[in-house]
Amino acid sequence: MSGYPAYLLTRLGQFALVVFIGINIAFIVTHATPIDPVEQSIAAATQFGSTSPEAIGLMRQSLKELYGLEGGLGDQYLAFWRRIAVGDFGPSLSAFPTPVATLIGRALPWTAGLLVVSTVLTWLLGNLLGGLAGYYRRNRALRFAGVLAMAFHPIPYYVVAFVLLIVFGYLWPVLPLGGGYQMNMPRTLSWAFIGSVLLHSILPVLSLALVGLGGWFMGMRSLVSNIVTEDYVVYAELAGVRRRRILGSYVMRNALVPQVTGLAMSLGAIFNGAIITEQVFGYPGIGTLLVSAVYAGDYSLVLGITTVSIVAVSLAVLVIDLAYPLLDARVRVH
Amino acid sequence: MGRTLIDLLRFNRQFATGLALLVVVTAFASLSFFSPYAPNDSYVVPPDLPPDWSYPMGTTSRGQDLLWLLSFAIRNTLLFGIAVATLSRLLALLIGLVAGYCGGLIDRALMSLNDSFIVIPLFPILVLFYFVMRDRMSWGLLALMMACLGWAYDARLIRSVAMSLRTREFTETGIFSGMSMRQILVEEHLPYVLPIVFSTTMNNINWSIGLEVTLSVLGFTDINTPTIGVLIYWANQHTALVSGIWWWIFFPVLLVVMTFIGLFLLAVSMNEYIDPRSRLGRTGP
Amino acid sequence: MSGQLPGPVLAVSGLQAYYRTAAFGVKREVRAVDNVSFAIEANEIYGLAGESSSGKTTLIKTIANAIQPPLQVLGGSVMLDLSGRRLDIHAIDARELAAIRWKHLSYIMQGSMNVLNPVRRVRHSFVDFAFRHIGTPMPQFLQLVRDHLQRLHLTPDVLEAYPHQLSGGMRQRVTIALATVCRPELIIADEPTTALDVVVQKSVLAMIHEIQRELRSSILFVTHDMSVHANLSDRLGIMYAGRLVEEGRTADVFRQPRHPYTAHLIASLPRMGDAAAKQGLAGAPPNLADPPPGCRFHPRCPRASDICRQQTPIMQWHTPSHRAACFHPVGEPAA
Repeated sequence: MSGYPAYLLTRLGQFALVVFIGINIAFIVTHATPIDPVEQSIAAATQFGSTSPEAIGLMRQSLKELYGLEGGLGDQYLAFWRRIAVGDFGPSLSAFPTPVATLIGRALPWTAGLLVVSTVLTWLLGNLLGGLAGYYRRNRALRFAGVLAMAFHPIPYYVVAFVLLIVFGYLWPVLPLGGGYQMNMPRTLSWAFIGSVLLHSILPVLSLALVGLGGWFMGMRSLVSNIVTEDYVVYAELAGVRRRRILGSYVMRNALVPQVTGLAMSLGAIFNGAIITEQVFGYPGIGTLLVSAVYAGDYSLVLGITTVSIVAVSLAVLVIDLAYPLLDARVRVH
Repeated sequence: MGRTLIDLLRFNRQFATGLALLVVVTAFASLSFFSPYAPNDSYVVPPDLPPDWSYPMGTTSRGQDLLWLLSFAIRNTLLFGIAVATLSRLLALLIGLVAGYCGGLIDRALMSLNDSFIVIPLFPILVLFYFVMRDRMSWGLLALMMACLGWAYDARLIRSVAMSLRTREFTETGIFSGMSMRQILVEEHLPYVLPIVFSTTMNNINWSIGLEVTLSVLGFTDINTPTIGVLIYWANQHTALVSGIWWWIFFPVLLVVMTFIGLFLLAVSMNEYIDPRSRLGRTGP
Repeated sequence: MSGQLPGPVLAVSGLQAYYRTAAFGVKREVRAVDNVSFAIEANEIYGLAGESSSGKTTLIKTIANAIQPPLQVLGGSVMLDLSGRRLDIHAIDARELAAIRWKHLSYIMQGSMNVLNPVRRVRHSFVDFAFRHIGTPMPQFLQLVRDHLQRLHLTPDVLEAYPHQLSGGMRQRVTIALATVCRPELIIADEPTTALDVVVQKSVLAMIHEIQRELRSSILFVTHDMSVHANLSDRLGIMYAGRLVEEGRTADVFRQPRHPYTAHLIASLPRMGDAAAKQGLAGAPPNLADPPPGCRFHPRCPRASDICRQQTPIMQWHTPSHRAACFHPVGEPAA
């Protein structure tokens, strides 16, 4: 078998495998505990004492189902999968009776927006700068940019976000520090609203970009400095092809191919970073939702977010995998 | 391997800088053995004092001398990172070497598994783990969990080294000249495998410390053992920044950033050393 | 036919090109091309032979002005005579260099595996390399390329293919077509058939012969394979350890080699009906970072004497077209 259909099938298979393993890990983690999570959750969620007995009964029932504490391990496993397949995670305990799915549905677009914007920006900028740095090795400005990028790269997302919060919160308070948009602003598609959204996204995006740039920069720079010794680049230089054309069509174009693979592999880590960063800036995505769910003891919400995260990231990776042959024709023949 | 390290130290500025940073951090961590206070003692000194000669790093709102507390914190953080990295080496080496050397169907199966672990977002799972464990969460358990989840990226790198070694001419020459598999592995291959293990270990320590700090700051670990993340957690709980007790945040962050950059520089300089083309690029006039 | 005798297309004199490295505190100087002089006339195939570390590749890089550190040109000159214009390839500026590259001077590289951009169709390589020299609008240019391909017995379909879709031999033929589409005066071919199997080799060599006859270009044909030289080259130069040790008309060199190294190269060629055992040459090519004093071949030469160990032999003309650098050439009594 050769050609695109075979490749498509392979990638779909991998997607299914990742989701399967991920959900299984979630199952193992949640069922490995010796304590009774149902009562724990109910205690945490109702500690302020204003929940009615019927509500508590409903919670206990849906929790028992979700926790799968009814029936043997096999039944629990099947029930787990059934619920997840339908996307029904039950009602949220902290925002009872709003379904978990609704809460996630509200928060997910914010995370998705933040992720897409910052990842695309970081990947493009990082690769561009790294490529130029690898090709024009003597350029001082590029070397300096490299040092800067590499200085931020090893620092975890949380620390960078935190430092930015301090810098812009106390030293230079010119940007909004929390939320996705200005509070009390009507959520219409007006310029004011869009402007507010953009303004509030600057810090989270900046935080993600500072950490991410270094990785792409370094990778691209080393790829490019290897590629410039490849036969086809040397040949094009011998033929007097213009430097700009060589940089674009021969060097970058070939270097971007493994960087796309790298993007697919990094999505999990970038996602982690994004939801952590959200928490620091109170950005209304699933990161903030996750942390507040833990504090509130809202098991269904936590489980729901974990599951959705696994599926969403795997899906994004699948999309990139499927687009890959457009960039590199060689893979179709494999 | 020893020669490699000595060469790197003499000629590679990045390596030397990284090592210097780490030496400072480790020296500071070893101060913890001389601490006059036990790590969880509180209110043993006047609280909220800014840094001065008697308290070089100031004191916290809980009446702890930040200098000694921080020495415990960085020691525990470092130990945690090393523990995770060591445990995950086992998995990374096992899967990476087996996949690289065996090739074929075994390789494809292992790599499918491997790539799944690379893609799956680990942070939500760790949060879920904490949620389920709550007070039963211990550092050992967390380290084990992270080691079981975080081996995949390194396994891939080790596999590519193993793959290239398997097909190298000197391996075939070795086999033909009658060297035993063990001899070949130890004498011919190990010098190539060790550097990549070294640099991936550095990166892994960074990764695990980063995750530890993140989880601890959110309060998702055992907050009674001082680590860098836990320290910042308590600082936040006591609204240190708003109260103007900047040193409670500044010194832990400073120390941990030094650790990150130090480990990173070591890993990067080792990687450059492994790649022969970048070595030749550094030629004289 | 013009009555005027044109100058040599390529004149290399006293060329010295070394690799100088200083990594990890150790300085090394590899004398890859050490005082080499020769000339290539118009409409001739000049073969350059020698084993792998003889300096052939460095010589090509230097002639093509593809010099990157650690490679440095320390002395000598490379003069080109292209359609009446004489220039020193190391003295012209980048713009002039780009203008002559491919139009007057082209290359066929070794290892055809990888010389075409793997992520773009073959057509783009032709456009990138040759379009700016031809000067016609794109449709006419493409038609010209298709005609050129057809003349070389290639189907124009290859233009739409990706390099990995073509076989090794096919790729090499496309590369030859690419190198000749602008009808350059000088073509440098570096081991163009080494990576190919014997059957494909034959057709590729035939193609090179045919295109040379048609374009009347000069070709600097570099290969260690003496049998290829025997069939293709008009004149032949032998390189050893960074120096040119012999040069002459191919027939003369084969019939009466003067330098002991050349004699050995020719003797080791298998010949039909010759069942005698071949003797390998003892020793290995010298380390060019620390070459032996005097004649660099003396450690392996059966005819070596004291003078060979002390002084460097200079080129001596044995016939008006045949020269060798040896104190005890083959055919004369050894000292």
